[in-house]
Amino acid sequence: MDWATSLRLTAAEELLSISGLVLLLVAAWSGDKASRAISIAAVAVLAAAAALTAPALCAGAMGAGTSAFFGQVSADSFAAFAKLLIYAASGATLMVAPAFFGRLGAMRAEFPILVLFAALGMGIMVSATDLIALYIGLELNSLSAYVLASFLRSDGRSAEAGLKYFVLGALASGILLYGMSLTYGFTGTTSFEGIRAALHGGLSMGAVFGITFMLAGLAFKISAVPFHMWTPDVYEGAPTPVTMFFASAPKVAAMALSMRVVLSAFGTAQGAWQPIVIFAAMASIVVGALGAIGQGNIKRLLAYSSINNVGFILIGLATGTPAGASAMLVYLAIYVAMTVGGFVAVLMLKDANGEPVEAIADLAGLSSERKVLAACLAMVMFSLAGIPPLFGFWGKFVVFQASVDAGLVPLAAIGIAASVIGAFYYLKVVKIMYFDEPAGKVVGKSGWEHQALLALSALFISPLGYLLTKWLGELADKAAAALFHLA
Amino acid sequence: MTIQLIAFYLFASLAVLSGAVTILARNPVHSVLWLILAFFNAAGLMVLAGAEFIAMLLVIVYVGAVAVLFLFVVMMLDIDFAELRAGFIRNAPVGALIAVVLFGELLIGVGAYRAGALVLGTPDGSAATPAGVSNIEAIGALLYGRYLFLFEAAGVILLVAMIGAIVLTHRQRSDTRGQNVSRQVERRPDEATVNMQPEVGQGVSL
Repeated sequence: MDWATSLRLTAAEELLSISGLVLLLVAAWSGDKASRAISIAAVAVLAAAAALTAPALCAGAMGAGTSAFFGQVSADSFAAFAKLLIYAASGATLMVAPAFFGRLGAMRAEFPILVLFAALGMGIMVSATDLIALYIGLELNSLSAYVLASFLRSDGRSAEAGLKYFVLGALASGILLYGMSLTYGFTGTTSFEGIRAALHGGLSMGAVFGITFMLAGLAFKISAVPFHMWTPDVYEGAPTPVTMFFASAPKVAAMALSMRVVLSAFGTAQGAWQPIVIFAAMASIVVGALGAIGQGNIKRLLAYSSINNVGFILIGLATGTPAGASAMLVYLAIYVAMTVGGFVAVLMLKDANGEPVEAIADLAGLSSERKVLAACLAMVMFSLAGIPPLFGFWGKFVVFQASVDAGLVPLAAIGIAASVIGAFYYLKVVKIMYFDEPAGKVVGKSGWEHQALLALSALFISPLGYLLTKWLGELADKAAAALFHLA
Repeated sequence: MTIQLIAFYLFASLAVLSGAVTILARNPVHSVLWLILAFFNAAGLMVLAGAEFIAMLLVIVYVGAVAVLFLFVVMMLDIDFAELRAGFIRNAPVGALIAVVLFGELLIGVGAYRAGALVLGTPDGSAATPAGVSNIEAIGALLYGRYLFLFEAAGVILLVAMIGAIVLTHRQRSDTRGQNVSRQVERRPDEATVNMQPEVGQGVSL
């Protein structure tokens, strides 16, 4: 390893950190009035970082040539796939945030900078091949996220969301660290490759405890049951663009991190983690589906929906096969599009004064007033429910197929049964929008960037998305292959 | 050899003594000062053990930052220590119980370690201190060499923490008036005073 190669492989991270620092200086000198310009610059930086990352994915980079800084991070195609999703979701957040905060007079120049640093942390997370890199990436992302959650500091709910997220997130970090220290103690190394070799053949009790604690900490970050309690409160209280960010980018990062830890570091200890992942998958699917039923707030509903989706993605992880990992990545890509589309639609629900409308009851008769918006929201709901003509079905299909191929038929059966329960509350929202008496609340208009983002994600999840299945599947296969090249 | 033995017993006995006085002193400020003495003696012990980096950390971080922070807290917050001590006798059984449990855990831990039941992993030696190099140099070489990328990333974490603290707490207050020195200096007599001829009974505008 030489320094030039390492620096070239982490070019996207360097770009993000340097431009974050430069934009911070710009923010310090020109103040909050420059926040819109800084947001635009930050979106450009994210696009440039994506352009630096994309070649690794297209080339299917893997193996020793992608390992940088003494094997602490790896810029392989798996990391590239996750990073592209993360940068896209962060860019979408930055596009809708200025309008939301601007109306409240709360737009600060630090917002886009915090999002940039969070994206940097997530990039380190998904490319980490060492426990220390894992933890540093995770903390960089989490610390930015705590601040973003309470960004509307004069709003009690936002402050509460930030505090709750901080306290529970710190607890989860502690659990994760405890697991990491046990794993290090019983394997004698922090590198994933070394841990994999050390766990080969026979686990000591301490190593099993280490794996369990690490999975518990990671389950908190992806909000899998039983560590999901914070999700509805934080998603409801945080400002809507921040909720959109939480539901998309950090979830992709934490999920990709879990995949790398489980499949690469603990790959030889399948007996230790598989029961835990199967339990988390089933419990998340069931709790996500049942918990959403009584919700009256659309953000809380989407929070439970994200718990439910995490369960489906974990089914792919439970298989422990390259096909399962590839299916997870396809599902994640579709999930990001659905989440961005859903939350942009929620951001566009405004009353006559521009105040956001969040109660599901207020959406009554939306189809007669805002036809296109109602149609897009209905598409997102159908897609989240996994109803066939829409692209959301494809994600569920590939995951179930992978689990049946791996012999986990009962898990797939429970997943399919629970997705029927889940369909109930998605369809309830559609029913309220299309068949109830108009409430006449949602009349406010939104800017072009909302409409463009909504149109883009609606196009992706529409039946036209199936044209991409081959391409998406090939990229996901390449990325999954990078994860398994050790085996 | 004897000089090291003497130094060890000096540092150790002073550390134990100042630790005891820390909890026995009536005046909380005296407690903090004794605590600082305990830190210094612990640093001396670390030097004797050949861990000069940890000795430096103890002096710089614990004495330089943490103890001064304690001192600030003790001096600035009005804590009634007599009131804090009031429930001592009542809570003593619970405290004693916890002490017994902790002591039992210590015994069990030492016993388990002696039994050799734990099979720990063996490090690959890539981060071991090379022979003939002080451990400060070894740590520096690791931080700025092998772990440079993560060290810089940890720096970004601290920066984000700072940005977060400022974003969440800094605000322009409208109910207080700060001093603007440059405006005061720029003020000229002709713009500071105005001659007025107010109408009788009309009042003046300020």
